[in-house]
Amino acid sequence: MFDCIVIGGGHAGSEAALATAKLHKKTLLVTGNLELIASMPCNPSVGGPAKGIVVREIDALGGVMADIADATQIQMRLLNHSKGPAVRALRAQSDKLAYSKLMLDTLKAQANLTLKEAYVKSLQIDNGVVRGIVLEDGSKITAKTVILTTGTYLKSKVLIGDKAIDQGPDKQPPAKHLSGQLRDLGFDLKRLKTGTPPRIKRSSIDFSVTEPQPGDNAHRYFSHLPKTDYDLSKQAVCYLTHTTASTHQIIFDNLDRSSMYSGVIEGVGPRYCPSIEDKLVRFKDKPRHQIFLEPETLGTDDIYMQGFSTSMPEDVQIKMVRSVKGLENAEISKYAYAIEYDAIDPRQLWPTLETKHVRGLFSAGQINGTSGYEEAASQGLMAGINASRHIDGLSPIILKRDEAYIGVLIDDLVTKGVEDPYRLLTSRAEHRLLLRHDNADVRLMKLGHEVGLLAQDKYSQSIKRRKYVDQVKTKLESIVLTPNKVTNALVASIPTAPIKDKTTLAQLIKRPDVSSRVLPLFEKDMSVVDEVYEQVDIEIQYEGYIEKARVKADKLNRLEHVAIPDDIEYDAMHNLANEAKEKLKKIRPMTVGQAARISGVNPSDIAVLSVHLKRRTSQ
Amino acid sequence: MQNDTIAAIATALGESAVNVIRVSGSDVFDIVGPLFKGPVLHSVPANTIHYGFIVDQDKPIDEVLVSVFKAPKSFTAEDTVEISCHGGPYIANRIISLLIAQGARQAERGEFTERAFLNGRIDLTQAESVLDMIEARSSLSLTLANKGLRGDIHQAVETLRDDLLNLIANIEVNIDYPEYDDVEMLNADLVQPKAQALLKTIQRILSRAEDGRIIRDGVKTAIIGRPNVGKSSLLNVLLKEDRAIVTNIHGTTRDTIEGTANIGGLSLHLIDTAGIRESQDIIEQIGIKRAKKVIEEAELILFVLNNNEPLTDDDRQLLTLTQNKKRIVIINKIDLESKIGVEFENSVAISALTKRGIDLLEKRIKAMFFSGEIDLDEYTYLSNTRQIGAMHAAAKALEDALLTAKSAMPLDMIAVDFKAAYDALGEIIGESSDTALLDTLFSKFCLGK
Repeated sequence: MFDCIVIGGGHAGSEAALATAKLHKKTLLVTGNLELIASMPCNPSVGGPAKGIVVREIDALGGVMADIADATQIQMRLLNHSKGPAVRALRAQSDKLAYSKLMLDTLKAQANLTLKEAYVKSLQIDNGVVRGIVLEDGSKITAKTVILTTGTYLKSKVLIGDKAIDQGPDKQPPAKHLSGQLRDLGFDLKRLKTGTPPRIKRSSIDFSVTEPQPGDNAHRYFSHLPKTDYDLSKQAVCYLTHTTASTHQIIFDNLDRSSMYSGVIEGVGPRYCPSIEDKLVRFKDKPRHQIFLEPETLGTDDIYMQGFSTSMPEDVQIKMVRSVKGLENAEISKYAYAIEYDAIDPRQLWPTLETKHVRGLFSAGQINGTSGYEEAASQGLMAGINASRHIDGLSPIILKRDEAYIGVLIDDLVTKGVEDPYRLLTSRAEHRLLLRHDNADVRLMKLGHEVGLLAQDKYSQSIKRRKYVDQVKTKLESIVLTPNKVTNALVASIPTAPIKDKTTLAQLIKRPDVSSRVLPLFEKDMSVVDEVYEQVDIEIQYEGYIEKARVKADKLNRLEHVAIPDDIEYDAMHNLANEAKEKLKKIRPMTVGQAARISGVNPSDIAVLSVHLKRRTSQ
Repeated sequence: MQNDTIAAIATALGESAVNVIRVSGSDVFDIVGPLFKGPVLHSVPANTIHYGFIVDQDKPIDEVLVSVFKAPKSFTAEDTVEISCHGGPYIANRIISLLIAQGARQAERGEFTERAFLNGRIDLTQAESVLDMIEARSSLSLTLANKGLRGDIHQAVETLRDDLLNLIANIEVNIDYPEYDDVEMLNADLVQPKAQALLKTIQRILSRAEDGRIIRDGVKTAIIGRPNVGKSSLLNVLLKEDRAIVTNIHGTTRDTIEGTANIGGLSLHLIDTAGIRESQDIIEQIGIKRAKKVIEEAELILFVLNNNEPLTDDDRQLLTLTQNKKRIVIINKIDLESKIGVEFENSVAISALTKRGIDLLEKRIKAMFFSGEIDLDEYTYLSNTRQIGAMHAAAKALEDALLTAKSAMPLDMIAVDFKAAYDALGEIIGESSDTALLDTLFSKFCLGK
């Protein structure tokens, strides 16, 4: 008897299994192929806008993605540096083989965790409560909770041109059985689609006609307490090239042979990451499209063609590839394909990621309609935490929209559902000024510590850092500059315009050309690490904006505190509009705040609901 | 939602001597405070009444009494302020607009009662009737957003929102797809002219809304001049029987309105300048102070001079006093010999006695308040204070955006203000931003990475 069984060993499954095992739950992870633990079947990178911040949040809560991405990076960049502190994000190019291997080693080393290569035939369910699983060989394993992290494997179908093969990513067998059972249990399933570009042999590319995209010449890490010291000289380079008129001609000539346009595909593809034929059809006037050439590993020869995913047949693919600048003699080591799979409508989940239909059954990752390794990992972590707390009878952990991108992600999923595979974007977060890369620790480490996942050293380090930030801020407030020759000579050396009136150093730092790094100029004995200065700068320079965002969030949060009891009867509320009634009955929001975010539920419906709730509590 | 601050006129709208505006919610003192020149509301004791002025950026709007109630001892059981101002719709609506610009929301029908109930202030037996009220509200709320909103203004707001959305989407693409090179990489300098243009459009709409307000509320008008220049005759001509409502309405200002003249749809509320008229020497007897006050009050000055006399020092003094106001200089008594010997900008020559030139004067007055022909129908848009308040909020957000851009703040900060403007515009036409941004993002830009 296990406490928890995790079905699937991708990014969601790995984090989920590590979380439950670390929380002292006897855990079993079942996956089809242990060699493909936390594999990267699409782009070999971790992070980016919004997603990079999610990785920081995972780290602050005690997950492992940050540490593993740091240890296996082959290039790192800080994006959006000039566009504002809230949207800065790290992105790593990863050595995908090393990543997978390190995750497998981490899982193997984890106490309370058993790994098993097998395919699951069905779930054991008893009166709406999960009891365990049945494997393909008929053997039964019991457990108190089960977490589904099947990724794109549920009834997956790989599509290349007019070929459709029942197969998962990387030529793995699909998970054939679970879809039917989920449907029988009352789950609504959706058919989603995604795709991946071809991989090219490095030696066959002429990089001299492409534009090199090197990493930052700085040590950067996702982790709040990096364990590795990366050798910058070993950073790999990516390259930028473009499609040509001839590429476009080949694609238009063969459009009817693409799975996408020949009618083979039923699934809905991601809007944020269309195939190259989609881009051409939708944006006919664009003369060319960007393609990034990214190394997949340091050890092998494969180059990933970012921006060139397609479902064209192989003979067209090779022509398309060779029409791209620098790829005239390219050899394809792996053809592009589209993949279709079953996902459950995430509105059938509680914000804890437990399913509404079956108690003790959780789901995380692409099965919930998302895309991306980071989105998957963060859901896995939250499902693991909540499965563990479910067993212990503790209150669930639900992150709010102003607390974490993970909160935005899960709330969007369970409240609004998905049409196409969901990717986190900074524009999905209405409080993004509060959800920054630099303050992930302040936002979430206390919680990670209380939950019991966060390593003590990371937590202590963060508390220490916060103390320094406060000290520096106090110091900056206390230093008063008087406009005289000596002071203005110092000020000029910053360099910035001289001061005319008495001012505190904190005031001076509000100028866009001044940073708190000038502190040692005025206070010889005080000097702290870069990270602290950076935090201080952000908190002082954007104080007004952050405050505005905080006020807005607090205002919206009032409704988050009004809980809706489980046994509420929407049918008894005559004043609710019919559409609102149907939506509320289906989604069963946990708070009035969540209810207000459901499309089709109007402010007047919320008023009726509020009155009803108030009356209930007074009776 | 339950605790945001709401405001509404609590007395029935009409020609009453006093209006009471009720403001309730957790931010009430922060919202009313900056508008009230008098004791600091935060620190006064509960259940007290205070004398002072409602001010718009230090400019007094009305002399008021403010009653302060503190939670839970108020009608709504929330912190509440009741402002007793002078009667008539103009002052009350003006104060409501100011409150909305400060962050209050126009209360919906029955909302104070609803709060009273929700906060446990009203007996449960009344719950059913509250629910009825809310039901009335929900069917109302369907039409609320569009009520009083005509096609052309709806279109204008939509266009503004589209422009703003495209701008926001461009910023969002820059942020979410930093390496995507097919879209303009915006920066603070590039967004400024775009924001400037949007702000200009909004200001134009607001000034037209002001036209609408003027049509609805009228213009406070003072007839100013030395004794015996013909002020009374002019007043009587303007108030001629067939088109004047000659009653003493203690209405739109705290000064008595002598009467209301209707000039082709435009109401001129003529401020009682009796004191000035009857005095032999206004400067000495009434004092410059009183004259100043009347001038301050008025939105339009009809400055009367006697064609038959040379300009006097008193004339010059009054001319100086009124030089910054909307003013028409009326050269009266053109039926007599001209001895005045000076010409004025924006002047009209009339004879109040023979009514010569009155039609010209009326045309001139209308031209001063309306840019084109007045089609009364056309000016019903943005007529409610909620919409005007929201439009002001949009203008304010765009001004903030420009300020942010000028102070070399990054794009993300500018986006915050743009989104606030977008949301405010959405309030006017009753649409939320929910999915529009993402739809625009994905339909406009060919995104890959």
